[in-house]
Amino acid sequence: MKIDRRSFLQMSVLAGGGLALNLYRSPLVEAQEPTAPADLTPQAFIHVAPDGVVTIMARASESGQGMRNMLPMLIAEELDVDWKDVRVQQAQLNEKVYGRQFSGGSANTPMGWEPMRRVGAAGRQLMITAAAQTWGVPADQCTTRSGRVLHAASGRSMGYGELAAKAAALPAPPLASVKLKDPKDYRIIGHSQAGVDTHSIVTGKPLFGIDMELPGMLYASIEKAPVFGGKVKSANIEQIKALPGVRHVLVIDGGITLAAYTPWEPGMEPGIAIVADTWWQTQEARTKLKVDWDLGPAAAQSSEGFATKAAELLKGPPGSTVRKYGDVEAALSSSAKTVEATYRFPFIAHVTMEPQGSTAVWKDGKLEMWSTSTLPADGVALVAKTLGIQETDITTHMVRSGGSFGRRLQNDYLVEAAWIAKRINVPVKLLWSREDDIAHDGFRPGATVGLKGGLDAQGKVTAWRHHFVTFGDGKHATSGGGMGQDSYPAGFPPAYALYTSMQPLMLRTGALRAPGDNAYCWVAQSFLDELAFAAGRDPLEFQLDLLSNKKMAWTSGEHDAVGDHEPTGASVLIPERFKGVLELVAEKSGWAKRVKQPGRGMGMAAWFCHLGYFAEVAEVSVDAQNKVTVHRVWAAGDVGSQIINPRAAESMAQGGIMEGMGHLGQEITLAEGKVQQSNFFDYPMMRMPQTPAIEVYWRKTDYSPTGLGEPTLPPILPAVTNAIFAATGKRIRTLPLQSNGFSWA
Amino acid sequence: MSIQLKVNNVTAAVDAPPETPLLWVLRDLLHLRGAKYGCGIGFCGACTVLVGGQAVRSCMTAVGGVGTDHVTTIEGLSPDGLHPLQVAWEEMDVPQCGYCQAGQIMSAAALLQLTPHPSDKEIDAAMEGNLCRCGTYTRIREAIHQAAKMGAATSTNGAAIPTSGAAIPTK
Repeated sequence: MKIDRRSFLQMSVLAGGGLALNLYRSPLVEAQEPTAPADLTPQAFIHVAPDGVVTIMARASESGQGMRNMLPMLIAEELDVDWKDVRVQQAQLNEKVYGRQFSGGSANTPMGWEPMRRVGAAGRQLMITAAAQTWGVPADQCTTRSGRVLHAASGRSMGYGELAAKAAALPAPPLASVKLKDPKDYRIIGHSQAGVDTHSIVTGKPLFGIDMELPGMLYASIEKAPVFGGKVKSANIEQIKALPGVRHVLVIDGGITLAAYTPWEPGMEPGIAIVADTWWQTQEARTKLKVDWDLGPAAAQSSEGFATKAAELLKGPPGSTVRKYGDVEAALSSSAKTVEATYRFPFIAHVTMEPQGSTAVWKDGKLEMWSTSTLPADGVALVAKTLGIQETDITTHMVRSGGSFGRRLQNDYLVEAAWIAKRINVPVKLLWSREDDIAHDGFRPGATVGLKGGLDAQGKVTAWRHHFVTFGDGKHATSGGGMGQDSYPAGFPPAYALYTSMQPLMLRTGALRAPGDNAYCWVAQSFLDELAFAAGRDPLEFQLDLLSNKKMAWTSGEHDAVGDHEPTGASVLIPERFKGVLELVAEKSGWAKRVKQPGRGMGMAAWFCHLGYFAEVAEVSVDAQNKVTVHRVWAAGDVGSQIINPRAAESMAQGGIMEGMGHLGQEITLAEGKVQQSNFFDYPMMRMPQTPAIEVYWRKTDYSPTGLGEPTLPPILPAVTNAIFAATGKRIRTLPLQSNGFSWA
Repeated sequence: MSIQLKVNNVTAAVDAPPETPLLWVLRDLLHLRGAKYGCGIGFCGACTVLVGGQAVRSCMTAVGGVGTDHVTTIEGLSPDGLHPLQVAWEEMDVPQCGYCQAGQIMSAAALLQLTPHPSDKEIDAAMEGNLCRCGTYTRIREAIHQAAKMGAATSTNGAAIPTSGAAIPTK
């Protein structure tokens, strides 16, 4: 089939298929609401060659979550071809043809589940129509199997390759009208399919953003101020220009306006771009670069200062009320027992294995970019705005990246590459060094949280008061630093208050895998564990009881009834699903029969985010030097009715758990406005010897399938710290672990 | 300055200062982009290649110091991608983002040469220097065991890899 857009199909399912994320994650929510329904056609996604080889376009960016498998698998299943006959091709950025092309918020599964299958089924329908016309038989007498249309009555059959030309000329059926398979007939969905790029990866083929090469290409690197928004006063530019291989030295004035609230895309950071024949030459030149910086007001920021201000804010009256019901103060003062605690978590960085970068070429007034962005349409808009060019003059190729974890939802590196390309009129590859990547991350912001909870004489929760001290201008929390009205356990305690206070922050922050949730889960599930302990109750039984007594409706609406297979747009917790994963993980980990002994313990936690439910149990030991070993982890997940690619799904869950463990030991600090960490020696990642055995179990429910990138991560943090408490009696209320005298074994 | 290198059993002449890290010579001058940049200080292992059969961090190895030792990169591990480690990696579907995996495989290749049937502990010790940000360690360990069963040691050696072919064009 060739691309044929004659048949414009109305995709109400896609248009209305709200990708339900919590509303406070504004960049992601924005990304999920297409301004107009995409007119998806099977012709845009499926190409069948005369020899029967099927090429399926993967519309979303790939940075390791398996999107190049998952979305094409949905199409291939309903097209009714064999996966071995499928070749996957990365689509260019063109949202008018492919619909939304982004990877974030664990959204590709809920966003693609229905439309991608319908695209495949429409393609199958075209093949049937073409065959029925060829044979002069009614279409409803034809069936398909493995890329062939069959007519049982006459014993005839034709391959899709033979029918492709005829099918391409037919009008595509309305997507809403096509019949989808019964899940029991799936031959691809639910069956593990190895990554389409795995062979290229293990043989070292050029595949990633960093691997791009163009004829005559130069390499670029940017020296930026060590303080956010710092500007160049002067530099030894002429001296640098004379160094071996150096072709251009460009001063970037940048476009950052420093204020108490730093927006999602704060503008280009100032600096000096060095362009040379090789990347190493740019690095050599940087060692000789002498810049006199105007560091600006952000140089007054420090982690110490943030901590002092947060402590002040925590003592004072809250800046605003996010959610309140019941008389919390009265409930607390009449409680049989109260527990009060302050939790602190630090800034952390994404640190993708492939540092940020992009390749771009500016030629004859047109820009061509090879982008690892996971939100490339926003990148194009930002590039166009920054460079003063038209979006229609930009072509974007979507290139596999060495990890995103939310970092590549921001497009700063893309703008930089485009800006340099436009200045030099030569193809250029920009690559950040690891040090650049850590210093100029879009950090997960830290916070300080004051909590007070009440228990009645029976040990039931009476009230929950939560004072969240974050960053922002009082009205807007910094990106990744807001908290929603329905954040668990809102709705369950009889009286509840969530207050927020903010202090200014002049620093790029962003969305790090399970934004917000990656820290709020740790706070809430740790404090619940504290309450359960104070009540003398088992943490599992305590939480199941809390979940069974919902007191208030969610502010963002109730979920439709069980069995509703469409995403509703309401991202709200369904207590039965939350309880379901807790019960499953308890069963698998032998929670009820766990042995309590000094130095060894099990901890449990669960969370709901990005439409998915995960409960995790960690078994840890702590030695006399407070060295922590995580021996085993059990995870139970509920992401709906279908695990699309089981082995990839298991890997994603294990990876989320490893990352969450990593978060426990990581910290970004500022002194005189400068990020103090620079590379893996002072910003550690989990390594192989620290890897526990991780068992992953699925609780399948009747809900429509949802994504896995994010919900697997949050519960492991409190599962481990609750286990440390069980092992030692020491409660971790400040991260990283090292600030409590603990460290990984 | 022209330096002679033997990479994947092909002799190449590269024009680079001797202190240039081998990684950037491989990637940007010889266009072998399998070895990856991750940290530049030898802390992540993404740039691992074999020099004289030993796993080294090419980001910390000056090209001028390589001398006559054979350099084997992921591209030269097997001409057809059928080295037991590569086969095992595919069977286990190890990668997520995949960026670190060339370095992981090269470290594993060096391990299996010395220890054809490593225990979990021996694997952990040999692979500790290779970071996987996606957290695929469980599968890497499984794949190394699997490759060991297939007899990876017999075919993992820079010198044993077929020797032929024209010089690699330099930039």
